[in-house]
Amino acid sequence: MGAATRELSFAQAIQEAMAIAMDADERVFLMGEDIGVYGGAFQVTGDLVHRYGDQRVMDTPISELGGAGVAVGAALNGMRPVYEFQFSDFSMLASEQIVNQAAKLRFMLGGAVSVPVVFRMPSGSGTGAAAQHSQSLQAWFAHIPGLKVVEPSTPREAKGMLLAAIADPDPVMIFEHKLLYKTKGPVPEGHYTIALDKAEVARPGVDVTIAAAGLMTVRTLEAAKALAERGVDAEVINLRSLRPLDIGAVVESVKKTSRLLCVYEGVKTLGMGAEVSAAIAESEAFDYLDAPIVRLGGAEAPIPYSPILEKAASPQVADIVEAASKLASGEI
Amino acid sequence: MDEIVIPVSTAVAANRPPVYDRLSVAEVHEALRKMMLIRRFEESAEDAYVRGLSYGTMHLSIGEEASAVGVCTPLTDADLITSTHRGHGHCIAKGADVAKMFAEFLGKETGYCHGRGGSMHIADPGKGNLGANGVVGGGLPIAVGAALAVKKRKLNSVVVCFFGDGANNEGAFHESLNIASVWKLPVVFACENNLYGMSTSVERSTSVKNIADRAAAYSMPGVTVDGNHFAEVAEASFQAVERARAGHGPSLIETKTYRTRGHSRSDRNRYRTKEEIESWRKRDPILYLEAELQALGLATRAEIEAIRADVEKTIAAGIAFAEASPTPQAKDLLRDVYTV
Repeated sequence: MGAATRELSFAQAIQEAMAIAMDADERVFLMGEDIGVYGGAFQVTGDLVHRYGDQRVMDTPISELGGAGVAVGAALNGMRPVYEFQFSDFSMLASEQIVNQAAKLRFMLGGAVSVPVVFRMPSGSGTGAAAQHSQSLQAWFAHIPGLKVVEPSTPREAKGMLLAAIADPDPVMIFEHKLLYKTKGPVPEGHYTIALDKAEVARPGVDVTIAAAGLMTVRTLEAAKALAERGVDAEVINLRSLRPLDIGAVVESVKKTSRLLCVYEGVKTLGMGAEVSAAIAESEAFDYLDAPIVRLGGAEAPIPYSPILEKAASPQVADIVEAASKLASGEI
Repeated sequence: MDEIVIPVSTAVAANRPPVYDRLSVAEVHEALRKMMLIRRFEESAEDAYVRGLSYGTMHLSIGEEASAVGVCTPLTDADLITSTHRGHGHCIAKGADVAKMFAEFLGKETGYCHGRGGSMHIADPGKGNLGANGVVGGGLPIAVGAALAVKKRKLNSVVVCFFGDGANNEGAFHESLNIASVWKLPVVFACENNLYGMSTSVERSTSVKNIADRAAAYSMPGVTVDGNHFAEVAEASFQAVERARAGHGPSLIETKTYRTRGHSRSDRNRYRTKEEIESWRKRDPILYLEAELQALGLATRAEIEAIRADVEKTIAAGIAFAEASPTPQAKDLLRDVYTV
């Protein structure tokens, strides 16, 4: 990847990925609510409508079931639609088309078709938008064979993973934490992809493994700095994808550190941490564990409005530092 | 089935249904053949089920053959359809091979979906059939999306979206008609109104008398036709398909018809009377078409019997193929969950 890099925001990186994909492939087009002249609720599509016209950057009616289903049908008939849910919460209105149709059509029809559709999922809490605009529904969709569920944590990942998602022949749901949209980082110019089925070691360490994705990877990396000052050398596994889940990367890390903390904003029960810890318990890494696995997940409550409550509902940097410290020190 | 009710007018050459001016005699015979093939496929499927050769459920469209074949008559292989859980007729009308359908029905590897879909999900993309759908209303947005792709790819195809009266109260129906109309997409919405969504009558479920009336809410033409009269259905379909192909946007056709069998195997027929069923049996669409073609001089009794004999051969060969076919292997369970 010899390309020059520049600083872009997470939102700009996604926009650049969509532009590159549209330049390279006539079949790629964007659909969503207010993604045209408005530029999208989070200004991710921005001015793309002026460059590509309203037939490739298509405003839909407020009609999530219809809109998402139209994307599925277009994908079935030779196009490569990228459908933006204004908030990932609204995908609940379209779950019929995502779960019953997109995820199953290829299998149900005996491999006769593919459904190359991308659903962009602005998600997560921390914006004061309360219970119906703040959820982290990754685990819901990751439970469905036929879907791919991924979650980038940096602008570089957002661009490379979205380009991989658009090129993928199967339905991909890409979760974009809304608090990341304005974060900046180096992004290579031009076309590149990041695999949708591989985790990465975001920070090597020896004392404790912390598995996370998306914004939680960012918070975990920040926590790792504070932990280093306390003498705890954390290894951060950035999962990138929940389905498929690269459990092998976590196994390798736990064999080294013997301790595992899972950090995720989705509701703790039956969430990412439940799956990762169960998979580790079933794996060869089980014999290496020196402490119980710890899950730091979202609260068992809808996301509240008031900032104090909202913060309490989602793992914060201090929570990660505390949990990892206890785990590393043998308090747990 | 001795007494068949044929409106006097259709038997009079002067009132010859206009669709016969659009079709060659061979095309008319092909329509009759397909209607007979659908009937015999479903009767044979029912028989296979009773004999324990298949399991799971099935939804028969016996009595609705004129609707499926009439709607598909103007279509070419480049045109697409989406179908429903009651979709055997649509599939055959669009040109499917009944041998591969029987194989799917028996859960065989040689079936259209390699035994992964069964009766409710038969698809035949090669002939433009994007698949039957197990969810009421599930195919509606997909059809609209397929039509959007047609427009974007500058193809000349039309997408026909089959659904039943039950689907017209789903949100997907309303969202799909609206989007298709706003974007002027080449879709024909074909609502097969067989008067019952499972056991609930249209009267008890739907606020309008004719489902086609709902077209007005989406600024598209809506027409209600006798779904048991091939000629009437086909003419309405020609008009809607021509409008779509010309770029003038979608239409809604409501074919009023009746399934003489129950909803599925679990149906005990407690929601309708024997008299009602019998009155519709007397309007059997196949016998109706046979009588009309003879009255109009478009087919002789001998030609009709030859078509019937040909259908029987096709059915027998299809069943033999399916029964002799291998089952899928458990080791292949995860195949085709993903493309890569």
